[in-house]
Amino acid sequence: MSAVEFILAGMLAAATPFLLAALGELVAERAGVLNLGVEGLMALGAAIAFIVVYHGGGHFLAFLAAGLGSALLSMIFAGIILGFNANQVAAGLALGIFGQGLSALVGKSYESLTITTLPKIAIPGLSDIPVIGGLFNQDIVVWISLVVTIAIWALFAYGKVGLVLRAVGENPKAAHAIGYPIIAIRFAAVAFGGMIAGFAGAYASTIYTPLWADGMIAGRGWIAIALVVFGTWLTGRIFLGACLFGAVSLMGLAAQATGFAVPSQLLACLPYLVTIIVLGIISADRRLLKLNGVASLGEPFER
Amino acid sequence: MSSSFSAVLPTLVRRERASLTAKLLAPPIALVLTIALNLGLYIAMGRNPAAVIYAMLIEPFVSWASFSEVLLKTGPLLLIAQGLAIGFRTKIFNIGAEGQFILGAIFASAIPIWMPQATGQWIWPAMLLLGTLGGALWASLTAFWRVRLNANEILVSLMLSFVAAQLLNYLLLGPWKDPNGFNFPQSVMFQYDAMVPILFEGTRVNVSFVFALALSIAAWIFMQKSFAGYKLQVGGLAPRAASYAGFKESWAIWLSLIIGGAAAGLAGAAEVAGPLGQLQRSISTGYGYAAIIVAYLGGLNPIGIVISSIVMAALYIGGDNAMVSANLPIAAVRVFQGSLLLIYLIAMAFVRYRIVWRPTSARSTS
Repeated sequence: MSAVEFILAGMLAAATPFLLAALGELVAERAGVLNLGVEGLMALGAAIAFIVVYHGGGHFLAFLAAGLGSALLSMIFAGIILGFNANQVAAGLALGIFGQGLSALVGKSYESLTITTLPKIAIPGLSDIPVIGGLFNQDIVVWISLVVTIAIWALFAYGKVGLVLRAVGENPKAAHAIGYPIIAIRFAAVAFGGMIAGFAGAYASTIYTPLWADGMIAGRGWIAIALVVFGTWLTGRIFLGACLFGAVSLMGLAAQATGFAVPSQLLACLPYLVTIIVLGIISADRRLLKLNGVASLGEPFER
Repeated sequence: MSSSFSAVLPTLVRRERASLTAKLLAPPIALVLTIALNLGLYIAMGRNPAAVIYAMLIEPFVSWASFSEVLLKTGPLLLIAQGLAIGFRTKIFNIGAEGQFILGAIFASAIPIWMPQATGQWIWPAMLLLGTLGGALWASLTAFWRVRLNANEILVSLMLSFVAAQLLNYLLLGPWKDPNGFNFPQSVMFQYDAMVPILFEGTRVNVSFVFALALSIAAWIFMQKSFAGYKLQVGGLAPRAASYAGFKESWAIWLSLIIGGAAAGLAGAAEVAGPLGQLQRSISTGYGYAAIIVAYLGGLNPIGIVISSIVMAALYIGGDNAMVSANLPIAAVRVFQGSLLLIYLIAMAFVRYRIVWRPTSARSTS
């Protein structure tokens, strides 16, 4: 298998944790809430899902429990920033530290244990195409994530819910004047984002690399937040960004397999370095950020 | 309480003036609530609450020997938190202090690692200076990205922390690994002259604690001065303030990031030239992140931060104690830290707002 084939085959699976977490953050940010605690939400989801699968609960129940656990955790954050108008940056950082600590606490006795992952489902015909065939041989969660991506894209492009979310994020005062409950809508957006961040963590710990270790999210939650900026708050671009990061995180493995003499630490750095560079390139175009950005992002709503 | 369904809802109403008493009471109240909450968690985990309380809250203060360890941990926390608070006060969120700390440690270690035979009283000051420079340089990358490329400093500074951790790994597994270290990821032990002077005989508290206090005083004076400057501007005595603002903003970003990075770098240098005596993988036990909590818990006020850094240091020592004597996992310290900041943010809401039970319908009577 060539390096290109290897990367194409694994890219979507590697991209899935980034994609799900970034879509969750997108929904929260569209409603005007900056949630910096994604890393902690993913970590908790990862720990819960691993524990459920380990005890024989199966992957479906694991994802359900992880989504519920992370959603509940994100509601603590939502309660603090929406109910008490706390600084979103500080509360998000606190949520991240709390979530990572909590995940380490509940997952402590499950380190270095193993579980089984899910089988891949190939699309007949397409998966036999040379070179790109691997793209069409993925586990069920990757396929579901693609459906979720399209659903969220449609939600913002055509749905009324998407329109309301955008109104709440763009001009909360006006949206409130028309009669939308700003706090309730933002609360729901954060909880939804928390839930799919939990799914993202569950995917990382039970399917992508079926093991649990403290710190295993390794900055993917933060990269997901950066992805929302890269994608300039547009679902399609966020999907492309997630694929890029999926590919980048596989490049290390591909390089090692081909006997490329590069220190493994440099390869481990690659996703972070790419984040820094792309963030610089995208952000330098201030017009682009202004055009698609969320006007009230991070601001508390006061009547 | 009203009897009719959802007739009266609590609403936050911004206070005309935040009361100073409430402001001073909020952190200790948050601390007490956090302790209560976490004790509940420990009891749920089947730990003996009395043993945990003793190990975490009392043991750090029972003897000079154990309190001196608290002061030893206060040094880096105070240095980093004072540096970060300078930015936080102007809404410049450098959260990459962890990486700046690591770079400070790396830069400082270059001298004893490259010149293990060198002797003389110049070595430790040179190491601290180099470490300060290393932290400032690492932070200036974030400043450049923010000022010139308009990139979000939260994300860039954090990503750079991940890169710094990998750089440290690379050095300790490769070129800087102790050849006689049984393959452990650590450098050689540094020579005697590479060690910072001890402040109190018989303890490990070193001169970095003095630097931390000096930075606190400088930050306090700076804050008083800049407040005066702020009042001048608001009073309309600075007519060109508007055209000046653009320049001032980028200047503030550069300055706060470089000072924050320098302070974190100095803390990192003092750690390898102090209690550790070598460069190793676990040079920081999350100081860079804990310092964010310290800065907020101290109300972003230089004097408050001195107190909150001692509290956080005691928590570190107490957590270590509880790990040994009450079998508490070390992750419990991170849960405590995170919940402390969350609860503090709630407590601060009562400082800035008062709660009004506002009737939602005209019919309600209360």
